[in-house]
Amino acid sequence: MKNMMDVQDLTFTYSGAPAPSLQNISLPVEKNKVTALIGPSGCGKSTLLRAMNRIHDLYPGHQYDGVINLLDSDKKGYTDILTLKSEAEMIRLRQRVGMIFQKPTPFPMTIFENIAYGLRLSGVKKRAALQDVVEQSLHDAALWNEVKDRLNDDARGLSGGQQQRLCIARAIALKPEVILFDEPTSALDPISTLAIEEMISELREKYSICIVTHNMQQAARISDYTGFMYLGEMIEYGQTDNIFMKPSKKQTEDYISGRFG
Amino acid sequence: MRLIMNRLFIIFSTLAAVVGLFFLGWILYTLCAKGLAGLSLQVFTHDLIDGGLRNVIVGQLIMSGVATIIGIPVGMMAGIYLQEYGGNSKLTEFIRDLSDVMMSAPSIVVGTFVYAIIVIPTGHTSGWAGVLALFILMVPIIVRTTDDMLKLVPIELREAGMAIGASKYHVTMNIVIRYAREGIMTGILLAFARVVGETAPLLYTSGSSEFWSTDLTSTFPSLTVSIYNLATMPDEEMVQLGWTGAFLLTAMVLIINLIGRYANNKQRR
Amino acid sequence: MELIFKKLAQISASLLFVILAATTIVLYLSAKPAIQEFGAGFLFESRWGVEETKNVSEVVPNQELVVDGEDADDFMEDEDDFIDDEDFVTDDDTESETNDSEIIYGALVPIIGTIFSTLIAMLFSIPIAMGIAVFLSEIASATLAKPISIAIELLASIPSIIYGMWGLFYFGPFIADIFGGNTVSLLVAGLVLGVMVIPFMAALSRDAIGTVPDMLKESAYAMGATKLEVIKDVVFPYAKSGIIGSIILSFGRALGETMAVAFVIGGVYQFVGKVTDPTNSIPVVLANSFAESSGLSLSVLFYLALVLFVMSFMVIVVAKHYLLRRK
Ligand SMILES: Nc1ncnc2c1ncn2[C@@H]1O[C@H](COP(=O)(O)OP(=O)(O)OP(=O)(O)O)[C@@H](O)[C@H]1O
Ligand SMILES: [Mg+2]
Repeated sequence: MKNMMDVQDLTFTYSGAPAPSLQNISLPVEKNKVTALIGPSGCGKSTLLRAMNRIHDLYPGHQYDGVINLLDSDKKGYTDILTLKSEAEMIRLRQRVGMIFQKPTPFPMTIFENIAYGLRLSGVKKRAALQDVVEQSLHDAALWNEVKDRLNDDARGLSGGQQQRLCIARAIALKPEVILFDEPTSALDPISTLAIEEMISELREKYSICIVTHNMQQAARISDYTGFMYLGEMIEYGQTDNIFMKPSKKQTEDYISGRFG
Repeated sequence: MRLIMNRLFIIFSTLAAVVGLFFLGWILYTLCAKGLAGLSLQVFTHDLIDGGLRNVIVGQLIMSGVATIIGIPVGMMAGIYLQEYGGNSKLTEFIRDLSDVMMSAPSIVVGTFVYAIIVIPTGHTSGWAGVLALFILMVPIIVRTTDDMLKLVPIELREAGMAIGASKYHVTMNIVIRYAREGIMTGILLAFARVVGETAPLLYTSGSSEFWSTDLTSTFPSLTVSIYNLATMPDEEMVQLGWTGAFLLTAMVLIINLIGRYANNKQRR
Repeated sequence: MELIFKKLAQISASLLFVILAATTIVLYLSAKPAIQEFGAGFLFESRWGVEETKNVSEVVPNQELVVDGEDADDFMEDEDDFIDDEDFVTDDDTESETNDSEIIYGALVPIIGTIFSTLIAMLFSIPIAMGIAVFLSEIASATLAKPISIAIELLASIPSIIYGMWGLFYFGPFIADIFGGNTVSLLVAGLVLGVMVIPFMAALSRDAIGTVPDMLKESAYAMGATKLEVIKDVVFPYAKSGIIGSIILSFGRALGETMAVAFVIGGVYQFVGKVTDPTNSIPVVLANSFAESSGLSLSVLFYLALVLFVMSFMVIVVAKHYLLRRK
């Protein structure tokens, strides 16, 4: 069993929308691999990603159909996250499946508190324990050297790229099993983008990653698998090399060669 | 534990909303129940002396209307100065601050000021004194709206106007103001709604009269001041008339607000 | 045309300054006789319109004055003037027995009444208004939140005299039933003020909370935070200055409010022993006493108005300070 998550036949309809935004989507997220989602704007990439930690459920009325399996912590079997109901289960799910957004979202608190936040929520109180995790997470997010002297400054004082890495550090402080990235570099300059790409490649060793990106070079550079979506459907999924070198569908080929989108 | 706290919090917020809305609903209910009970044609056809409210309603509208008519050019010009001529200087910031200070000055203090400069020298209350008090309350509101609305006009629009050789005056009047027109109109309507319900600054500037009058140089009929007087009288009938006045006043203010809101929504579309 | 237009704009803008300056100066000049007569001790004197006889014992009033002086160390000089005046008056008075009394005015009762009614209003309105703001922006569904929001904004525009009337006829008796005491009292006045500022404060706070980006909230939820935690740790800190600004502005409104209070505070010059006693507030004194005042008693009212003006000025300065920090 090497799939960390497995989306099977998912159809998703926004509350009040006349038609589903996702239709019969299937997507495996393999363990310790990077899976990229590409496709033209509005094709449902974010919608799919947001189903995978059920952040959609913050707003009432959306409708899921299908199965999203997540490997149990004991690695023995799968649980369909769409069957989760109680608030406690949702919280647990979100701790296991972290998410990074399009724009950096530093909380209005210090750098240290930002990263310690998730742990504090789950009841860790000891300063020493927090300190260790904060330092480790910042190291993993390649941010430690830049901020080690200003841990008690407001996080909003960091640059955009630093803020985004802070958000990643914040997510990995919770030791999630999967991390979802929704266009994490679209608001950043090329250098910060590069730093984050490198980091994602390294994060693969500990986490399973699913990333939405508009930048095809980025998908080609960092991902092991790629899914191409179009108009709410998964057109093609496979190893990144295959998708980019010899796509089997016409639409994929057109998109990759820049003929539309 | 966390989840219990969360539950409690959600319940508390919802409860707070319910309590708040309960009070406000209670007020509206009272107002309608009491106000409608006394509503009859006589209210609109007779003056206060004969048990109607005609003269005071008209008086209130005249005073607020005149204050608005004088207030619009002054307030708008000041707003235009702040946005179009003032630049980012210390002076403009200072004037903005002054305007905010004026806006938050207690209305009764404005009343005392007008009392000192008009009522004491002339020896009697008058419609003009009331108008001046309302004018002073109104101007900063119009300044603020104009200032805010003009701020939303894209710089490019001004530059485009200047680029085809229009003078600043032309650009301001024909392009900038036109662009911001609906927003400013809404602001003015809301400002009118605000002053039309004022009581405190009129108490001893316009006073109130039981008779029909359109002569602003003497004591002038005022709806709000009359409501105050009526409501504190021992006579049941008078109190009832006070409630009817209160109902009409509120209805008027709410309707003007709704119109302003509607106009503003239409503009956004 | 161009120049005239610009001049007109300039004149209008300066008119703001002129009006404000004139208000300050006129109030000060009108209050001057009272200021000279009572000095800053006015602020700490609790009697109002009480005749004080001088010839019984000259020492007694002077002793009191010294006590007053200690209350206001900063204003010792004014107090000295005051004492001189007293002596002067007393000298005059030796000539005629009938005129040897003087009417004392002090602002302490209405100042305390104003401050306490405003504080009660805040204690009552802050939790409710925050509850409404949170409910509207974070709990209610859009279909519910929208009409309620509009209702709240409309309610914020209801003239304050309506709140006063409702307080006098309905809310006052209701409170008196629950807490005992009078149907007009400091407590009723404070609560009516509170009800009055709730929609205003709630609307402003909701706007402030509305500036928090959805993505920021979502990223807190994505870490497994509950609604309470998101609001406490992310939403409130992010919108802090706007929320504090809304509270201060509401405070300023309540402080200077006349009509909502005039009906329900009682209008009597007495300190409250219990919150359910009637008392007085500055705007209400002004509203009730202008018509029948002249000479020194009129000047005293202007002095009171000046005090109120300065108080509300300080509030707006603090509010500006907070709102500016947001920029
Ligand atoms: N809250 C919503 N309610 C209803 N429809 C929505 C909502 N959010 C998105 N949609 C619709 O769902 C479809 C997919 O949107 P989604 O945001 O997932 O696209 P995307 O692939 O992430 O696009 P982009 O690359 O621009 O981010 C779009 O047609 C959009 O209009
Ligand atoms: Mg997207």
